[in-house]
Amino acid sequence: MKLSLRIWRQKDRNTPGRFVSYEVDGVTPDMSFLEMLDVLNEDLTTRGEEPVAFEHDCREGICGSCGFLIDGVPHGPRRHTTVCQLHMRFFKGGDSLTLEPWRARAFPVVRDLVVDRSAFDRIIQAGGYISAPTGSAPDANAILVPKEAADTAFDAAACIGCGACVASCPNAAAMLFTAAKVAHLNSLPQGQPERDERTLNMVAAMGREVFGTCSNHGECEAVCPKGIPLEFIAALNRDVIRAAFRRRREPLHVIGAAQHPAHEDVCESNSAQKESST
Amino acid sequence: MSESLRNDGRVWVPKKKGDTRRPNDIPESERDYYLERRYPSFGNLVPRDVASRAAKEVCDEGRGVGPGGHGVYLDFADAIARLGLDNVREKYGNLFEIYERITGDDAYRVPMRIYPAPHYTMGGLWVDYHLMSTIPGLFVAGEANFSDQGANRLGASALMQGLSDGYFIIPATVPDYVATAKPEKVDTSHAAFREAEEDVRRRTDTLLKVDGRRTVDSFHRELGRLMWDNCGMARSDASLRRALAKIPELREEFHRNVRVLGTGEELNQALEKAGRVADFLELAELMCLDALHRAESCGGHFRVESQTAEGEARRDDANFCYGAAWEWAGQGQPPALHKEPLAFEYVHLAQRSYK
Repeated sequence: MKLSLRIWRQKDRNTPGRFVSYEVDGVTPDMSFLEMLDVLNEDLTTRGEEPVAFEHDCREGICGSCGFLIDGVPHGPRRHTTVCQLHMRFFKGGDSLTLEPWRARAFPVVRDLVVDRSAFDRIIQAGGYISAPTGSAPDANAILVPKEAADTAFDAAACIGCGACVASCPNAAAMLFTAAKVAHLNSLPQGQPERDERTLNMVAAMGREVFGTCSNHGECEAVCPKGIPLEFIAALNRDVIRAAFRRRREPLHVIGAAQHPAHEDVCESNSAQKESST
Repeated sequence: MSESLRNDGRVWVPKKKGDTRRPNDIPESERDYYLERRYPSFGNLVPRDVASRAAKEVCDEGRGVGPGGHGVYLDFADAIARLGLDNVREKYGNLFEIYERITGDDAYRVPMRIYPAPHYTMGGLWVDYHLMSTIPGLFVAGEANFSDQGANRLGASALMQGLSDGYFIIPATVPDYVATAKPEKVDTSHAAFREAEEDVRRRTDTLLKVDGRRTVDSFHRELGRLMWDNCGMARSDASLRRALAKIPELREEFHRNVRVLGTGEELNQALEKAGRVADFLELAELMCLDALHRAESCGGHFRVESQTAEGEARRDDANFCYGAAWEWAGQGQPPALHKEPLAFEYVHLAQRSYK
């Protein structure tokens, strides 16, 4: 079948982008959406035009590399499906589709459909480590993990960090992502020693990036390819309050970052950006 | 699909060649559960090299299913009847979902169609017992090294090796290195840095300047096909020699006729891919060379010349009881073979049997 595509082309972060229209032919129903773009790119290369940049790696829906908007919807029309697992049998010949990168200030465009999601990496880094003995094999079942805790942690760990939640949020908030990443280790016995520190540090790191604030809109849950539920956001809010009350060592500071980044955090983020751009 | 599905799924093909009936319309008596038939004691749980070759054989016989005939059924009907739908969903739900997404089929109702495909090289960078490579200070952990890999890549070995290296070895050896090494202070004005930078720039420029007629992907596909046909689930002296004759030709054409557009100044995915395919062209040649020199069958390496009367892999322990470490000897030079003898203290070498 043959499709018409309007694709956002942008050379780099500092060059203005624009939509360019392409026709792609020879698309079969068994192709994934990315394979369809491979076909387009081969054709473009043959014609001497630079291929469309898009991120991809595993193409099994588990690495979190891919993702862009198809007609305004992150990862396209299928629920719980990344673009790499979205197959062309859900489209028909003659369809006209608009593809554009995630639109969020925290995710600057690198090129075409590729955005810089290192803000997510910095949130994860802020989570730090868990205390884990190494060096010799631990005794089996030395730490008992309740089934329910294991399941919750697994559900949270299903987050692949693709960024669809941010892209779909009218505030470009990163709450669902951060909530899932916090819940993963906070749900497990192994994650308890650093639980409060991890929660506060990750929420503060989120506040330092230029994400918006959560207004419980819920679009994130609707587009999440891994079906991460909003409950994790509620759990994160509980964990922040819990951590705030349990904190002993230092005076309370920046706790409201989960909902409203503190003024000094925003300033810090601005100065950090200036440093990185020079 | 994940191999864990073979824990409960039953593998079969129609007994008759070219049977185009839907799987659920084929009666029990006309199905060939070939793994259970050939390996009664292990059945569907035979190791992946055995299961892969058996699938290839039935498909080569013309009994493969699905479009193209490259498929065998993996059937959960019995597992669902025995364990209940909910239990099967609990165990494998995510995999069934992936399958549904790719094929549009509901594997709870119709059997999955599967076919073996290579997905690891079953090898990696040489490391010592500290997991340090031949470059001092460069440690290689997890599946990127060769240390725990044998003739078969075992199920979940990525996880296993990541955990064992990460828990037991690296926490001792890297701190030891850091504590004892006395690195000199280096910055980017160091001659080695400038040499490496120059080398990368030269390679980048070379790829960009070719401006040929073929895309990187077309070379990648051709190389993949060549390896699939000649260095795949079954290889022979002749097929490997054929590949070894063709790979240098393909590499020569790649460097003469590849088309990489754009520049090296901004994100250029075609350029990245071209660098990787250039590497694959080297690695593929090495894999064929290694497979050719090892004139025995062993695990995933099945040389058709070396099989038992029943078609199983036949090792030659007198001549090949070693791990092969190939040393890069420089551009255009044949790699040098280092043999690392294998010693077996507790479990002794024997002919495998899964019957």
